[in-house]
Formats: sequence, C-alpha cells, structure tokens
Amino acid sequence: MTTPLARPKRKNPFLRTRLSVLPPAARSRVALGLTAAAAEGRFELQVCTACGTTQYPPREACSRCLCGDLKWALQDGRGELISDSTLHVSHDLYFRERMPWRVGMVRLPSDAILITHVHGDVPAAPSQVRVTARLDKSGQAALIALPIMDTANMSDDRQLREMTCDPKFRKVLVTDGKTAVGQEIVKAVLAAGADMVWLGFAEPWKQLPGFADIAALPQVTPLPLDLTNSESVKQIAAQIGAKVDIVINNAEVHRTHGISSRYGVDVAHAEMEVNYFGLLRLAQEFGAVMRARGADGQSGAVAWVNLLSIYALTNFPPHGTFSASKAAALSLAQCLRAEMRPAAIRVINAFPGPIDDEWNQLVPPPKLAPRALAHAIVGALQDGTEDIYPGDVAQEWRARWRENPKILERELAG
Amino acid sequence: MNYDDVAITTAVTIPYVRYSTRSAHWFLARALAETFQSSGLKMSDIDGLCVSSFTLTPDTAVGLTQHLGISPRWLEHIPMGGASGVIALRRAARAVQCGDAQIVACIAGDTNHVDSFRQTLASFSQFARDAVYPYGSGGPNASFALLTAYYMRVFGARMDDFGKLCIAQRANALEYPHALFKKPLTLEDYLTARPIAAPLRLYDCVMPCAGAEGFLVMRRERAHALGLKAARLLGAIERHNAFPDDPIQMRGGWELDRDDLYAQAGVAPSDIDFVQTYDDYPVMTVMQLEDLAFCAKGEGPAFVRSHTFDLRGSFPLNTSGGQLSVGQAGAAGGYLGMVDAIRQLTGESIGGIVPDAKIGLVSGFGMINYDRGLCSGATILARDAA
Repeated sequence: MTTPLARPKRKNPFLRTRLSVLPPAARSRVALGLTAAAAEGRFELQVCTACGTTQYPPREACSRCLCGDLKWALQDGRGELISDSTLHVSHDLYFRERMPWRVGMVRLPSDAILITHVHGDVPAAPSQVRVTARLDKSGQAALIALPIMDTANMSDDRQLREMTCDPKFRKVLVTDGKTAVGQEIVKAVLAAGADMVWLGFAEPWKQLPGFADIAALPQVTPLPLDLTNSESVKQIAAQIGAKVDIVINNAEVHRTHGISSRYGVDVAHAEMEVNYFGLLRLAQEFGAVMRARGADGQSGAVAWVNLLSIYALTNFPPHGTFSASKAAALSLAQCLRAEMRPAAIRVINAFPGPIDDEWNQLVPPPKLAPRALAHAIVGALQDGTEDIYPGDVAQEWRARWRENPKILERELAG
Repeated sequence: MNYDDVAITTAVTIPYVRYSTRSAHWFLARALAETFQSSGLKMSDIDGLCVSSFTLTPDTAVGLTQHLGISPRWLEHIPMGGASGVIALRRAARAVQCGDAQIVACIAGDTNHVDSFRQTLASFSQFARDAVYPYGSGGPNASFALLTAYYMRVFGARMDDFGKLCIAQRANALEYPHALFKKPLTLEDYLTARPIAAPLRLYDCVMPCAGAEGFLVMRRERAHALGLKAARLLGAIERHNAFPDDPIQMRGGWELDRDDLYAQAGVAPSDIDFVQTYDDYPVMTVMQLEDLAFCAKGEGPAFVRSHTFDLRGSFPLNTSGGQLSVGQAGAAGGYLGMVDAIRQLTGESIGGIVPDAKIGLVSGFGMINYDRGLCSGATILARDAA
C-alpha cells in the first residue's frame, strides 16, 4: 500500500521556490492520438482496420499487414508486467529531480508491448497490471501501470500524483459560491481532501439560498469577487494569488435568448462580461503568479478548471448568446492552456449539458444535477483529464459533434 | 559467393577521451588519415569510403566527402550503431570483390560533448522519442535494465556472473593503452557500485566517450602486393528486427543466421580462438554467446561460471577490454572488437595478446529503436597464412 500523503509543512520563506521543469514533451504527430484520448480520460491504441492487430508504439502503417488505415480503439489496459526496473539515474532534468523512478514493460493480451511508468503498489514482475493513459506534467500522454485492484491511498503514489491534480491538501479558489453548482463544488473538493477553499461572491446585497451555510464551513473563506470588475479581481489576486493551487472558475451568466428574442446587446454583453472577459481578467491576474508556483513543493499550483458548456461546441439557438459567450470562453481557455503548460499547470475544461437550474427551466430532461457536475470536476482533477463532458446530454452531443459537426448544427437549428 | 579473396588490414584507433570539444568530423578525419599513415597509401589510392557516426548530424557520409576533400567512387553510410563494424565489412567486402571499389576505408567515430549524449538519446528514433524517452529518460541503461532483470529471472543469472565478465574484460583493458578505465575491478567494487537502473550498477554500463576506429578492406592480392598485414574474412551475417514476436529480447538475429555463418567459414564454435561481443551491457554478451552457439539458450550463466575470459583464459573475450572498460565512442563502439580482432590476427596488437590466435569471431549489435536492439551481425576472421 502507498504511504499516505502527509499534510505539507508550511513553506520555508527563506528557500527559493523551485521552477517548473517538464518531462520530455516531443512526440511525433501520430503519437498525439494517445494524448488526444488521454486528455478525455481514455486509453486508446491504434488497431489495424484490415487485420485487427493492435499497434504500439503509434505508427503510420500496420506492422503485420502494412495497411495504412489504423484506428484508435479503447483498451481496457489489463496486461502482464513482464519486467520492471527502478531508475536511479536519468538524462532528463525533470526525472533527475524525481529519482528514483519506476518503469516497466507490459505485455497486453493483444501482444502489444508497452513501456510504462509503474505505480509503487504494483508487485515486482511478473504481475498483473492495469495500464492507463494519463497526461504527464508536459501535457502529453504517458502510460502508467497500476495495481490490478485498487490499493489503499493509491492516488498518493509519488509517480501517479505527478499525473493528476488531486485536490488533497491543496488550496482551492471557487469563483462563485452563490450558485448550487458552486456550493456543490465546495463540498466535493473538501470531501476530496482540499485544505481550504476561498469562495468568491459578487453582489453582496443579493442573498441567495445556500451561500450562508457553505460560507460558514470552517475550511471556507468567503471573498468578495466580481469578475466584471478588473479592480476586484486584481485585489483578490494580490491577496490570495500566491497561495491558490487550484482555480475553479464556475462563475457564469446564463440567459435564454437568441438574436431576435431580445433586442439590443445588454444581455449578451452581461454574458460576455462574466463568461469571457471574466475568465480573461482572472487569467491575467492569477495566471502569472500561478505559473511561478508550478513546482512549489508537494502541493504547488496545479490546475485551472473552466466551467464551459456543451453549447460551446455548437450553438444552441434558444440559448444563442450564451452559447456564443461559452464558445469565446472555450477559445480563450485553449490559449490559457497553452500558456499554463510550461508551468505544468493543467487547464481543465468542463462541457456540461444543461444543468438542472432555473436558467434551463424550459429545457427538457435529462438535466445535470449540480452535485453530479461537481463530482465530475473533482474526478477530472483526480484523474488529471483535460476535457470532460458530464451528463448524458453532453455525452450525446459530444458523440454527435465528433461524428459530424455540420449535421449537429443542422439538427440544433430545429 | 564466398569471401575468400577479401583482406582486412590497417586497424587504426584514435584514442578515446571522455569529452571532446572537437566534432565527429574531426575524429573521422583523424581515423581516415591514420589509415593512410599506417598503410602508406595516398588519399587517391582509396576509392571507397564507409562511414558510421551518430554525432555527424546534420551531415552524413556525403557531407563528409566534401568536408575531407575526397572523391570516392563508392560511398556507404551505415547508421547501425553497434552492428556498424560487421555490416561495414560485409558491404565493403562485396564492393572490392565486385570491383566497385579497389580499397574501401571503413571508419566510425563520434564526439562526446558534455551534453551530446542526452541530445542523441532524446531524438534517437521516433519510437524512442514517443514511447521510451518520456518514461524516466534512462536511455540505454533503462532499456537494458529491463532486459537484464528479465534474463536473470528466467535463466537464473546472478549479478556475479555478469561481474565475472566485467572483471575479466577490465584485466584485458589494463594491457590496452587506449582504455579509459585503468584500474583493476574487483567483484566487491562491481557489486557495490552505485545503482544506475536496477539491477544494473555503474560497472554494468558503458561510459560514453569520444574517439574513432577504422580499417581497410581490399582484395588479398592487393594487400599482399602492398605488403600489408591482413586478416581473412571467412564469413559474415547480418539480420534486422529478428524475432519481432518475442515479448522481450532474449535473443538476437544471430540465432537465425549462425548456421550460415559457421557454414560460410567452414569452422565450428569450438574452432574459435577468441570472441569479441558487442558488450554495451554484460547481459548482451551472455546472449551473444548463446545465440552464436557457444552454449545453448539459457546456459549462458553456467557457461560463464565454467570459463575464464581474460586473454589467456579458457575463452578469451573482448581482448582490448571491450566497451565496458575502453569506453563507448558512439558508433566506434561497433568497431572496437573488429579492430582488435584484426590486430590479434595480424600480430599487430597494441595491447595484450591472445596466445596463438588463428580464428576470431566478432559480433555486432545495435540500435535500441524501442524495446530491443534491432541490428545484429557477426563475422569470422582468420589469420592470413599466405
């Protein structure tokens, strides 16, 4: 079993904060297929469409029949660790700082041979393992062999924790505590072991249900935070920016209009002010200071979560301006992800389907419970995934979008 | 076609150094110049050139011709790492037999800047970059640790078996002037050295360095006319990506081609007076002894326990000390055994001498592209009695 993680000691202010270094990130284009699947939490390998041979490492042609059409296919990852080693010397700076490091060779039932990282609870070879694909600190997929059954404290494994953003012992900012989603996120990150939560609230004169209770929790510190106000964001960043390990930006404005149902731009403007410019303000104020803490000990800055919407992929005309603001936010989030990557900080985008709240009152079920969304977000942090599509509607829209975005557009147009 | 009329002459070595500020071009130029110096030939006498180097990039043998001002009518570039020496000899032998070239200079060399080994590793191959280097970046140490651990588990080899080979090679190296390691190695030193990648410790791992090696290939009658001492080529094999379905490397291509090798040469393993394995890690030496039929698969450990491997031992092995004691000068590592084999058979040894050696076997192995070495080769050379 893994030694449980100890609560990190207070930082010694005399010591220099270490800078982030990344594991080797260079990959061939074809190998990025592994990363694309891992970003959504799947372990996929190429399978030959002609002869069915599973391929690894990623390649351009089947090593059995030379067929040039290889499709990425989901793997269950069960296999046998046939050899393993603990490295004490590495040529790379990232690993050098983290020696010793365990690696191994896994044979899948398909006979594919994988070189993988190896979780500390995996017995010495030969032994049965589950291989999963995770994103490493460079944002590229890396394979890790896990014990066949879950073990105690397994997420605390030193090597696995390098590939996740587990909230355990971390300090979290949740930008809007007044919504049911925000309150459920607070409960979920605390249940996952977060040290404390700063909970933003705008418009203090507006009393909304649930906020007082959640703000009264001992681990929660409420902070006045208005994403439409640059000065407010700046003040809060100055106050807590150097301590935040995880930002969860759940603040959003959601109104139910297309172009013609509401004359003028005031509502669309309000949506953009929070959903797009709010993210931009937050990223400008918190981004730099978090990047500086990407390697700040066991619990340094590690992740940034954006609450987007499945409507960000394709416009949902009844919520047309909201969809547009989320599409803008998605694009900006991709920029943020690229800028946070050198500091090893993961940007996670959540694309829920319609949330079961007042603004989706007229949207037919199924709708996503705020608690389910909160658990999906914490799950993404624990697994280190980059893009999540919580709920049945989001899953279905995602599948339709992958199949053919033009068809989805036409279908949504009614 | 046999290799009867092929002569291998003029073994040259550019002494190894741990690090150099020179480039690979410098080392290859020195090796080529040294072949002229040693043979008394002029630049214009050599019409074929065969080059191996990792650190010559972005150049290949092509760029080297202009860099060095030579105009060969036959040119070969062999990027096959530790198999380069054997395969260069195969290519060059056919070229001189068929008249495509009269005299081929085979050279291999690399530089080693303080950071060049890491850079070579990070972009060694597409598979290595995608699927090996991101996993701890242990380089070949990690790859061979996995193979060694597996071999030990399956065949019962012990670390002191591998240590015995390393210690014997060190004894050989103490007589070889260019070896970078100059102190005797004890079993205790070996077993307690700092861990590198379990189960490998420091003395299981070759030390990257800079240097170059070379030799000339021509027809025997030409060598005789020039008064050059020559070794004869009795047979040579190569194989690439052998046994792709083996889950982990426990054998190399030698096993497929060894019968052909001994048939070409008309000798049996018991006729061989010394063996030069490709010894980047001792487990590979044991595999080569098995695959080249000196013992059966899995009996390597027992073979090691029942023999002695120094120059005057029951099974002289890696007569100049091998890469483990001389150093691994990149692709020149694939020439090290060949060059000393030529010297042993022409009586030109610059180090220790295998008494009365008439036939030697040189094995090559190279290119861990992903999880295993892909290139294997071997050749049998003999003293030229004529």
